[in-house]
Amino acid sequence: MDFSHPEDRQMLADTLGRYLADKYTFEDRARIAGSTQGWCREQWSSLAQLGIMGALFSEEAGGYCGGAFDIAVVFEQVGKTLAVEPLLGTLMAGHALEHAGNEHALIAEAIAGNAVLAFAFQEAASRYAPHLCDCAAKQAGEGWTITGAKAVTPQIEAADHIVVLARTASSPDAQGAAHSLFLVAADQAGVAINGYPMIDGGRGGELALNNANARLVGNRGDGLALAERAIAIGTLALSWEAIGVMDTIKVQTLEFLRTRTQFSVPIGKFQALQHRMATLALEIEQARSAAINAAAALEAERHTRERAVSAAKFTIGQVGTLVAEEAIQLHGGIGMTWELPLSHYAKRLLMIGHQLGDEDYHLERFMAFSAAETSVETQAGAPA
Amino acid sequence: MDLDFSDEELEFQSEVQSFLHANLPKRLSDKVKARLRLTKQDHEEWHAILADRGWLATHWPPEWGGTGWSVAQRFIFDVECATAHAPEIIPFGLKMLGPVLIRYGTEEQKRHWLPRILDGTDWWCQGFSEPGAGSDLASLRCAAVREGDEYIVNGQKTWTTFGQHADVIFCLVRTDSSGKKQQGISFLLIDMKSPGVELRPIRLLDGEHEVNEIFFTDVRVPAANLVGEEDHGWTYAKYLLTLERTGIAGVGQAIAGFRALQEIVQDQRDGHQPLAQNPLFATRMARLEIDLENMKTTNLRALCAAGKGDGPVAESSMLKIRGTEIRQEITSLARRALGPYAQPFVSEALDEGFNNEPIGPGYAAPITADYLNNRKLSIYGGSNEIQREIIVKAILEL
Repeated sequence: MDFSHPEDRQMLADTLGRYLADKYTFEDRARIAGSTQGWCREQWSSLAQLGIMGALFSEEAGGYCGGAFDIAVVFEQVGKTLAVEPLLGTLMAGHALEHAGNEHALIAEAIAGNAVLAFAFQEAASRYAPHLCDCAAKQAGEGWTITGAKAVTPQIEAADHIVVLARTASSPDAQGAAHSLFLVAADQAGVAINGYPMIDGGRGGELALNNANARLVGNRGDGLALAERAIAIGTLALSWEAIGVMDTIKVQTLEFLRTRTQFSVPIGKFQALQHRMATLALEIEQARSAAINAAAALEAERHTRERAVSAAKFTIGQVGTLVAEEAIQLHGGIGMTWELPLSHYAKRLLMIGHQLGDEDYHLERFMAFSAAETSVETQAGAPA
Repeated sequence: MDLDFSDEELEFQSEVQSFLHANLPKRLSDKVKARLRLTKQDHEEWHAILADRGWLATHWPPEWGGTGWSVAQRFIFDVECATAHAPEIIPFGLKMLGPVLIRYGTEEQKRHWLPRILDGTDWWCQGFSEPGAGSDLASLRCAAVREGDEYIVNGQKTWTTFGQHADVIFCLVRTDSSGKKQQGISFLLIDMKSPGVELRPIRLLDGEHEVNEIFFTDVRVPAANLVGEEDHGWTYAKYLLTLERTGIAGVGQAIAGFRALQEIVQDQRDGHQPLAQNPLFATRMARLEIDLENMKTTNLRALCAAGKGDGPVAESSMLKIRGTEIRQEITSLARRALGPYAQPFVSEALDEGFNNEPIGPGYAAPITADYLNNRKLSIYGGSNEIQREIIVKAILEL
């Protein structure tokens, strides 16, 4: 048992941390996050040159790491700087492709920084549940076409290729499968994206597909299983991004408690504030433990993996909201301002709760996986 | 980052399991599982079995008869013992005084006292709290005055757990009141049979006699029973309290308690379904289970950090807070699960050999008393508010 990272992974974290601290300052971030593109191609190339995208994928897929804790340390650094680059979509789409066993050339392009990927599964009516997907795919000659809409997909305007979950049968077949995963080139007639800014910086978009050409990823009917795995990896990444955000908020808030003076003393001398801060510190450690548990379970069998992933995202959702709200309160009026970086960290933390499932969704899902295996298939979007 | 047990640790785990299977008397594990009252003899019986195997002093180095185990081994042992319903090891001699003597005691003290803890000659109790010194422990007033090669002790201690069983008590006493209150405290070992020691029971809200008041009137204590230096006892006490906190987190107890709770919740009916399927109750259970899963890892992280450094760490305060909150929630949900049957209380049903027809489900008798008793968890060993003070000062540095 060992809770430290091996040297090479620590180097990866340090390298990315140093780069971001130096070249992705808060001012850079504010400019990029509020820009019309909502991300920065130059930064993306630099991250690729540093090997960051390579660290997210295994050697078989052309990367050089790709383990759960490699993904963890990368996204922890992302959280510390609130980087808005399209890493999450590239990670999730790339892992879906890698797991399906095709499109290795495209993963290589993503690792090199030449291609940006997005992962579009959720729909306006599906909330966070992949199995409620209604987008329909039709066989057309050798290939497929998809018609339907996908909701709130982060940095989808940046994507060259979009991995899309779509229905390939109106009702589940004998194996319970009704969905498949597809690769859709963004630059084609049947693809329309309605992009918009996100409240925590960067951009997202609604995807409308109208007989868009698509290539099947993996086998027909594997869609939900592949999506579930990609979502687990994305959830892990977001959980660790939240850890990075929370650690930063903790440092900023402690600094404020030490320096802000009222009634002639630093406000950190007041017990009412001290004990709330102690609770935050404790909750953040519990959240870190949850994120560690999820990373450790990522290669376990499905039941163990999904249970740990949902436990982590539930904890992150619960603790994240507490940390964001308390940090603003402990700062008082200044915590309400755009000027203070803290408010942007708090916003990001709250919005992580709205990505890939909030605390209620994941608590329900954890309960479904904890119940008898037989009942799992029918609940909370857990496919057979 | 590696959360898995190594092959050696897994081997150790099965060794512990087989040992418990072969050596933990069913009479004892049945009593523990049913939460019946344990007698002094029950505890001594289990201690002797562990001592025979050399597994009693899990926090001591081998040269003093300890196991010298790694943190992972200690964790495995604790969890296996708890889930097999072994009696808890009484911590006062083994987990509190022992490590203090090993670290701060003289060779002579170690040679005299440590074997007596292992062979059960001495049952220790703890004399820290006083009526006027609870959370503000350093304001304690029980006084020891040096006269030749003796100390004369006058004053009062309270909340002394199992003082009624004890042969000896380790006390914090005031030897100097001229400076800061933390200075002038000494760590003294006192024979409970000394003239002038009087013990009065305190009955707790569950009706039990678990704790006591102890009065000292002109009690003569050999100066050789001073641990470390005179007036430096606060340092040793802080070390001891850190050990105590880590133990109170009680992850093994929590795991065993949660499993027992799951059985109750499956057995209790809510209309036509088990209570476990009531959505509101199931949600409470799931939140608790996730908190416990997180706690297990937080606990291991703190233990690993402590293992690399020089003993226990300030993070033990976080463990104490969350560990006790979880254990209290387990007993609270068990009480809720009983519904109306939380109310009947036949005290005799908690004694071994009680054969009357149980009122309500067989497991119901001790549940509410157990819940009430466990309110102590967030109060003793430094209240959870005091733990927050420690976090604020030692970790957050506010």
